[in-house]
Parts: sequence; C-alpha cells; structure tokens
Amino acid sequence: MRALTFASRNTKELTRDLLTMLFGIAFPLVLLLLLSAINNSIPKGAGPTMFNIENLAPGITVFGLSFLSLFSSMIIAKDRTTSFVLRLFTSPIKPREFILGYTLPLLPMAIIQTAICYACALILGLKFSASLLVAIAVNIPVAVVFIALGLLFGSVLNEKAVGGVCGALLTNLSAWFSNIWFDTSMVGGAFKAVADILPFSHAVNAARAAAAGNFDAIFPDLWWVIGYAVVILAAAVTVFSLKLKRN
Amino acid sequence: MEAIKTNNLTKKYKDKTAVNKLNLTVRKGELYALLGVNGAGKSTTIKMLSCLTRPTSGDAVLMGHSVVSDPDRVKAIINVSPQETAVAAKLSVRENLEFIARIYGADKKQAKEKADKMIEDFSMEEIVKSKASTLSGGWQRRLSIAMALISEPEILFLDEPTLGLDVLARRELWRVIEKLKGKMTIILTTHYLEEAESLSDRVGIMSRGVLCAEGTAAELKAKAGTDDFEETFIRLAGEAVK
Repeated sequence: MRALTFASRNTKELTRDLLTMLFGIAFPLVLLLLLSAINNSIPKGAGPTMFNIENLAPGITVFGLSFLSLFSSMIIAKDRTTSFVLRLFTSPIKPREFILGYTLPLLPMAIIQTAICYACALILGLKFSASLLVAIAVNIPVAVVFIALGLLFGSVLNEKAVGGVCGALLTNLSAWFSNIWFDTSMVGGAFKAVADILPFSHAVNAARAAAAGNFDAIFPDLWWVIGYAVVILAAAVTVFSLKLKRN
Repeated sequence: MEAIKTNNLTKKYKDKTAVNKLNLTVRKGELYALLGVNGAGKSTTIKMLSCLTRPTSGDAVLMGHSVVSDPDRVKAIINVSPQETAVAAKLSVRENLEFIARIYGADKKQAKEKADKMIEDFSMEEIVKSKASTLSGGWQRRLSIAMALISEPEILFLDEPTLGLDVLARRELWRVIEKLKGKMTIILTTHYLEEAESLSDRVGIMSRGVLCAEGTAAELKAKAGTDDFEETFIRLAGEAVK
C-alpha cells in the first residue's frame, strides 16, 4: 500500500515533467522514421535486412526503453539530494517499497512507449497481428532491467553523474551490444561474447521473435532478460538499503 | 512519563566521536530545545533518535520503543520536519499533505480529512492548489511542518524550523509551534537563542558530543549568573570547551 502511495507521487513528479516525457517517446519515433526512410531508399536486397521494418521496429522499442534508465536514475538521485528524502527515511516506508514505488510508474510508460512505436511501425508498413501484443508484453521485463539499472546508479551517483552514466554511457552500450544497428556476430570474438553475456541482444532477439509470432524462440532469450531484471532489482534494493543505513 | 530516554547514546564516525554517552530524558508533552554550536552533536542526536542513523553504542527509548531493536515502531510514532524545507516540489499543497498521511497508514478518505484539518489549522486555504515549488520560503516551511504533523506523531522533531525566514514569517511559525505545546512531545533544535528561550519548557546545551547543561531557561541563566540568555549559552557552552 505504501509502495503504491509512493508510486503515485512519483507518477505525478514524472508526468509533470512534460519535456522529458516527450523526449523519451519522440526520440525512438524519430529514429524509426529516419531509418525506415533510409531503408526504403535502398534497392530491395541491396541493404541489410535488420533495417526492414519487421526487424527494426522491435529493436527500436527496446532501444527506446533505455531512456527509462535515465528517468529512474534522475528521480532517485534528485530525491537523494533533497531533505524530502530525509522525511521519507524517517517514515515507515521500507527500502523494497521505495524501489517498487520508483519502478511501478515507469512500467505504464514503457508499455505506452512500446505501443506507440509499434503503431508508428504499422503506418510504416509493419503487418498487424496479435503477436504484437505479445511483443509489448515481452518488453515489460526488458523495461524492468533498464529501470533497475537506473535505480542502481541513481542510488550511488549524484544527479549530474547519472546523466552521464545512464544518459550517455548506458544508452550507447545498450545500442552497441543489442543487435539493433549491426549484427554482433559480424564483429565476432570478444565483442560477440560480451554481447551474448549482456541482456541487450537477448532483449532484442526476444522482442523480434515475439513480434514475428515465433513464440518458441522467445524464451531462451527472455530468460536471460528476466534473470538480469531480478538480479539488478535485488541489487538496487540492497544498495538503497545500505545507503539508507549509512545516512 | 518519559517520552524519550537515552542510555549512553554514542555515535562515532571513524576516529571522531560525534555524540558521547548521552543520557537525556524528555518528558511526555514537553517542548525540549537542544542547543549547541556547529558540530556539538545535536544533529547527530536527532538523526539517531529519528532512526536515520544507528547508534555505535548505547540506546534510546521513545515511548517505550528502542531505536536499536524496534526502529519500525519508533518510525510509526514520530515525525520530522527537517532543517531544509522537505516538500515534494511538483506536488500541490494538498497532494503533499495527503501523500504523507497515506504513507503513515491513512486511507484515501482519512487522508483527505486530515489534509483539510491541516489546511485550516495552518491557514493554507488560498494556496491549497499551488505547487510546493511556487510557494515562498515561509509557506514552504509552514507546509513542511504541517506535513510533519499530519500523521499526529507522539514525538515531533523540529530541526531549525525557522532558519532563513524573515522576522515576520519566524514569529508566525512561533505562534504555530506554541499552539502545539502540550499536545505532543517536541524536540526543537535551533541556533536562535531567543527562539529556544521563548518556546521551550526545558533547554539542553550540547558541546563536543556531550550534554553540558540542562534546565529551564531561568535555571540556566541562574547557573550562568546572568540575565541574558545569549550570554548564558556562551558561558555554559564555552565552559565545556575549556
């Protein structure tokens, strides 16, 4: 109950920052439109298939979720710098309720962002099927990974530092190792090995499989993502608890 | 009845002892002012009493609950108005009040009723829909104290409640605090000596992590041999430093 109350406050804080919200939703759409336009101008069969709309759209939905890290890290880091958090630390809210309260408001945002991306992709030529609903559901654990990463960094870094780490470093890392922009197996070696260990390429593979209706192929990859989501969320709760005790 | 009783309460940060074997008793319904120069240990004491930081050794019992072994029960009966204004910037006055009420267990209807009462008690009718970030310093501080009171705490910590306010806003807050006297136990920390003298039932003076003097303002003045409370503080706190 307290987690829901705290989540409601965080929802208000987030939705009243319209500029950030619009950026989070608009940026993936701009990428989708630009890359589709580029792909359409290349003769069929001459360009890479990963920029075809059925491959590009699921990838962009996952990339768009990386901005959730920025939002979650900013709100927690911002709270930590104010006396408002001291008031909350002396209240009966527990660390896991804090983390849940920061996570929950971002999940509807993730679903809306993914749905808008797929809606745009439909206009750009993606064929509609019920499997797109499964693809939206597959993005929920992916969103938890990004939100939890933001909470983890936001628990230890200040507001300025999380902008760099989550806004620049994490979005770049998640892009390079994701199979969205290029096939990591083409680079091979250590790069491919790192990409296979990290959750980003697994998230994109699962999203593409779901969107294509290839449901059997979702789970080997989605397990990786769910595992990361659980571990990073637990780490965020632990680190937040430690910070609270060391206050 | 004792509202707060500390037993050799100690906090050490590496080699530095911020609070050293503090033995303090505050009676139920009392307004107790904790004074001291910067670094005297009063903020650390408040942090330990409000479960923000764990004592290195010793304990404090608040209304029968230990801050060491039962911090959750302590947190349920206290509330704090921190030194800096502690409000959610993008929430309105009403939303801030209802948010805190619900955090302390009120349902939606109760939270609304409690917020209505605070809005009336603190004369905030005109600013009820304003976002906290748009309020003046005085109104923000007043809201911050209302947020501390909405949970109807048995013990209220007011950490420098009038710091940075102009003289009119400060006097207005004094009137608010005076109205609270006797209804709950209040621990007040302040650098304004006239505030402590005017508002408190008893005063404790801390220096270098220990309680060096305690009593009513009149008792302390008698002890220091002066009628001036500022001079009293300088003599008693200064004596402890020697």
